[in-house]
Amino acid sequence: MTNDLGFPLLSTIVLLPIAGAVAVALTPRARGEIARIVGLTTSTGTGILTLVLLWQFELGEAGLQFVSRHEWVADLGAAWYLGVDGISLFLVVLTGVLFPIALVGAAPKHDPKPYVAWLLLLEAGCLGAFMALDLLLFFVFFELVIVPIYFLIAGWGYEDRVYAALKFFLYTLAGSALFLVGVVATAFLHQQATGELTFDLVVIAETQAIAPTTARWLFAAFALAFAVKVPVFPFHTWLPDAHTQAPTAGSVVLAGVMLKVGTYGFVRFGLYLFPEATAWFAPVLVTLGVVGIIYGAVVAAMQADLKRLVAFSSVAHLGFVVLGTFALTTQGIQGGILQMVNHGISTGALFLLVGMIYERRHTRRISELRGLQKPAPVLAAVFTVVMLSSIGLPGLNGFVGEFLVLLGAFVTYRWWAVVAAAGVILAALYLLWAYQRVFHGEPDEANAGMLDLTWRERAVMAPLLVLIVFLGVYPKPVLERIEPAVDRLVAHVEAHSDYEQPTVAAGGER
Amino acid sequence: MLEATWLIPALPLAGVLLLLAFGRRFGEPYAGWVATGAMAGSFLTALVVLLGLLERPGDDRQFVQTLYTWVPAGGFSVDVGFLVDPLSMTMVLFITGVGSLIHLYSIGYMHGDERFHQFFLYLNAFAASMLVLVLGDNLLLTFLGWEGVGACSYLLISFWFTRESAAVAGKKAFVTNRIGDWGFMVAMFLAFVSLGTLTYTEIFEGAEQLAEATAAGIALLLFVGAAGKSAQLPLYVWLPDAMEGPTPVSALIHAATMVTSGVYLMARINPVLAQAEWVLTVIAAVGVATALFAALAAVAQRDIKKVLAYSTVSQLGFMFLAVGVGAYVAAIFHMVTHAFFKALLFLGAGSVMHGLHDEQDMARMGGVRRYMPVTAGVFIIGWLAIAGVPPFSGFWSKDEILINALEVNPVLFVLALVAALLTAYYMTRQVLLVFFGEERWREPAELVSAQPDPAAGAQADAEVEPGSEPERTPAADELATVGGHRADPHDEPHESPAIMLVPLVVLAVLATVGGALNLPFAKDLHFLEHFLEPVFGENLHHLEAGGLLKLVVAGIAVAVAAAGIAAACAVYLKERVAPERVEPELLRRAWYVDEGLAAFFGGPGRAGATVLAERVDAQGIDGAVNGVGALIRAGGSRLRHVQTGFVRTYALGIAAGAVLLLGWFLLRAGL
Repeated sequence: MTNDLGFPLLSTIVLLPIAGAVAVALTPRARGEIARIVGLTTSTGTGILTLVLLWQFELGEAGLQFVSRHEWVADLGAAWYLGVDGISLFLVVLTGVLFPIALVGAAPKHDPKPYVAWLLLLEAGCLGAFMALDLLLFFVFFELVIVPIYFLIAGWGYEDRVYAALKFFLYTLAGSALFLVGVVATAFLHQQATGELTFDLVVIAETQAIAPTTARWLFAAFALAFAVKVPVFPFHTWLPDAHTQAPTAGSVVLAGVMLKVGTYGFVRFGLYLFPEATAWFAPVLVTLGVVGIIYGAVVAAMQADLKRLVAFSSVAHLGFVVLGTFALTTQGIQGGILQMVNHGISTGALFLLVGMIYERRHTRRISELRGLQKPAPVLAAVFTVVMLSSIGLPGLNGFVGEFLVLLGAFVTYRWWAVVAAAGVILAALYLLWAYQRVFHGEPDEANAGMLDLTWRERAVMAPLLVLIVFLGVYPKPVLERIEPAVDRLVAHVEAHSDYEQPTVAAGGER
Repeated sequence: MLEATWLIPALPLAGVLLLLAFGRRFGEPYAGWVATGAMAGSFLTALVVLLGLLERPGDDRQFVQTLYTWVPAGGFSVDVGFLVDPLSMTMVLFITGVGSLIHLYSIGYMHGDERFHQFFLYLNAFAASMLVLVLGDNLLLTFLGWEGVGACSYLLISFWFTRESAAVAGKKAFVTNRIGDWGFMVAMFLAFVSLGTLTYTEIFEGAEQLAEATAAGIALLLFVGAAGKSAQLPLYVWLPDAMEGPTPVSALIHAATMVTSGVYLMARINPVLAQAEWVLTVIAAVGVATALFAALAAVAQRDIKKVLAYSTVSQLGFMFLAVGVGAYVAAIFHMVTHAFFKALLFLGAGSVMHGLHDEQDMARMGGVRRYMPVTAGVFIIGWLAIAGVPPFSGFWSKDEILINALEVNPVLFVLALVAALLTAYYMTRQVLLVFFGEERWREPAELVSAQPDPAAGAQADAEVEPGSEPERTPAADELATVGGHRADPHDEPHESPAIMLVPLVVLAVLATVGGALNLPFAKDLHFLEHFLEPVFGENLHHLEAGGLLKLVVAGIAVAVAAAGIAAACAVYLKERVAPERVEPELLRRAWYVDEGLAAFFGGPGRAGATVLAERVDAQGIDGAVNGVGALIRAGGSRLRHVQTGFVRTYALGIAAGAVLLLGWFLLRAGL
């Protein structure tokens, strides 16, 4: 555990958006612009701090960095315990970057004050979840995330917002109930075995004191909660409704960041906490991941609503993350983590673009859009690049993650990877087909007058486009920061289970 | 001098960035000149690098330039690096050379298009990707170029995107190519698992230790990729439709360069192919089958570009046949001569269309030679070259494929001869219909097009109704075209401007003398073979045939070409047989493959996906979720007195609880 700045960087990163939310709550209701300025300032400040974190992060260090630990309830062994390693680093940075973009990129139709406050609270929840190293603390953040999203969808969403918000809320709540039981049971079972009551993730994971058969039940409880959150097929049906009905900024952070709390949970609280159970359950989750890839793509192709199509594409993309994670190879997990980041960038950008189209045309129905490339060439060009990134075109970000996932999966689950690779064909099919129907052809009267991107919108998209190209051409800085932590995680799984990574993946002697 | 290698793809890439930033400001024609300059600079750099390579002794002509590590992940690591050897340099030279000429031609052809600069941006992007494809020193970097050219091809086919048929064709090309790319990807996984590397030089070293089944798996999967990109059976379907793109695109991408990538890939991995000989037989069989299949379809096409498209598919089949019999040099030789004469034919066709106000239907052409003498002259040279008439280039390369095929398997030889006969036949038909005979373009459009061209309506995609006549308005004459008909039916064809004719003449010269690269007479004259031999070594099939047999085969080839030409003359010049009788509906519609695909995807394919989306997802899975919700609600109504039932109350409660908990947390933690 290294990298002590003498300054509680991680705590500040979590608390700044909360402070911002409180400050926004104190602004006068009638002056919405003040709320927006305060919100933007704090989220930008948080974003800058996450970049500082990236800058200060020590390369080649597999363990946790910037650890901040303060006792909370000594009797319960719970603590305010934050830390970052290669697995969580880029998720923290992604959160820090995406929230200001979402705030600038999509303005609420009414009541900006509570809207901004909820978004900031959501940001704090996501950041906390990615950094928490205490099971109870993670649970608090995990829950904290659900509430703002509920209010954002119900308050600023579209026509079916109430149904979508309710469904999302109840569905994820059911998952968290299970998760809470799992957390408490884990702590007490650990106490039973060792005599020490603690919620400390590192201690519980490194001791591995819980009997394997029990651990499998606990893993199942955790996995169900995460599977709903990700969502893994067949727990995905809340997602298209929530994404479609959420306001644009909500969809961006929902897809871009919040879903990753689930996939990240799998890595941190599945692989790390229950290595033996992970290896035991891996075939099930790998299979569900592959089903999600194919199923999500086919269903996406048949959607009549552009936003819903993007939502279903998330099901397919997150299937890749699940596949890579449970392939249990260095490449698979590294690719999975990279894919989380890439999906956040590309799908976030796609939701922003769909939001911009909706602002102009007040429809998301593909059949009502047509020939947009003629009146809006810049919008079309940006959409093309983002689409190609989402399709996984080499040279853009999406490819590297997907390729590593498939490569890593091929090492341990050959035929699953062969089927999953067909997902890249389907991705091209549904996205290009949608593009053709929306942007190609001769625009009709309703679409001919469509305005192109404004300078503000171009400024919002620019950083995302830069990231899309940069991470595709030069992913090394990201991969080399992720790798040590992943190597350590794989070694951890190997040490506590029968599983052994094939040498070709580890790069050993052949 | 070899250190300049990186500049070869970097120059067109710089062109892309320049045009991205200033393209609109450059405008016409300067945007075109920037792109052409980048391309020509790349060609000159390639010459310098070639000199550097030639300085080295014959068995040491391999140079790797590594720029940086691209994807490092555990035991997997891939660089951005370039492999310079005789094979990659041969490819680079004709890509940049022919590419420069086509860029130049495009300045004239795209005149007046409002997205002029964007066209050249895409063209440069294509060239950069193509050069990365051939120069990449590992499979993954080749794959980057591979998909990059696919994306550029998509953008360029659907360049005139307001035309529904162009949009559909672009998508079809990309998706069909992706099917092939699936094979390419799985091949890379297999190569990594069995060899631990994707770098070519390491694959070549390790290839001998590969089990036959593994080598066959890698080779076959890569061949799936090659079949997609190089339009072989059954993945050829996208290429004829790709003719929706502007004609220079058809010449550059869909004839001379991109579609030969598959042949290049097979030649590149020849050490792997050598470990699994039966895969070679598969490749040869697919090649010769494609050559025949497409040549037969070309016989009855009415669209001037569709004839050339099917002809390209057929000629690529010849190249795969050559690969399959181990005649790699013959494959590359034919690839180069084909690049010359097919680019010439496409650009010539573009010139004809330009002169005839965008007419593509050969039934509305005829007698054009009197009005466009230069175009007619160069087109006839292209015709002689592809038909296999000595001493034009195509004769030499095709002859080499034929004699190699004969030595390996006489059946392949006979089938290839039939394809060669058909080639001479359909190309003669095209020349006669376009440049000779009556001036059918003088007749009012209604008379001729009373029977609509069935081939034009065949689209694989259900959303385009069969029979819809695409509106053809290439940029140059958009203003002169009124309502899809020519402004003045008696307007005579005009010769194209010099900027289009210069590249045509250069290509005509190359198509004439290109055979000199590898003349069969004396060992000293096998320039290409000597140059390429180190790349293939023992894997190259060496001819045992003596001079006499070579002469006999050459004689047969000439006789076959003459027969094809004579047959076409009998039908289309002398009209001994009514043309309709030798253009059966089956061939005119290209074996009804597109109709079949449209029926499948529009019918059961769509129905299946709809069932998944509507029945399984919306009603099945989501229905179950909502069902559980309803059940709980029903049970919960008994507890209504205790609970308010408002989710927002619960939500607020949870939020307050979470915040309180967090506050307590912080307080206790002493922060």
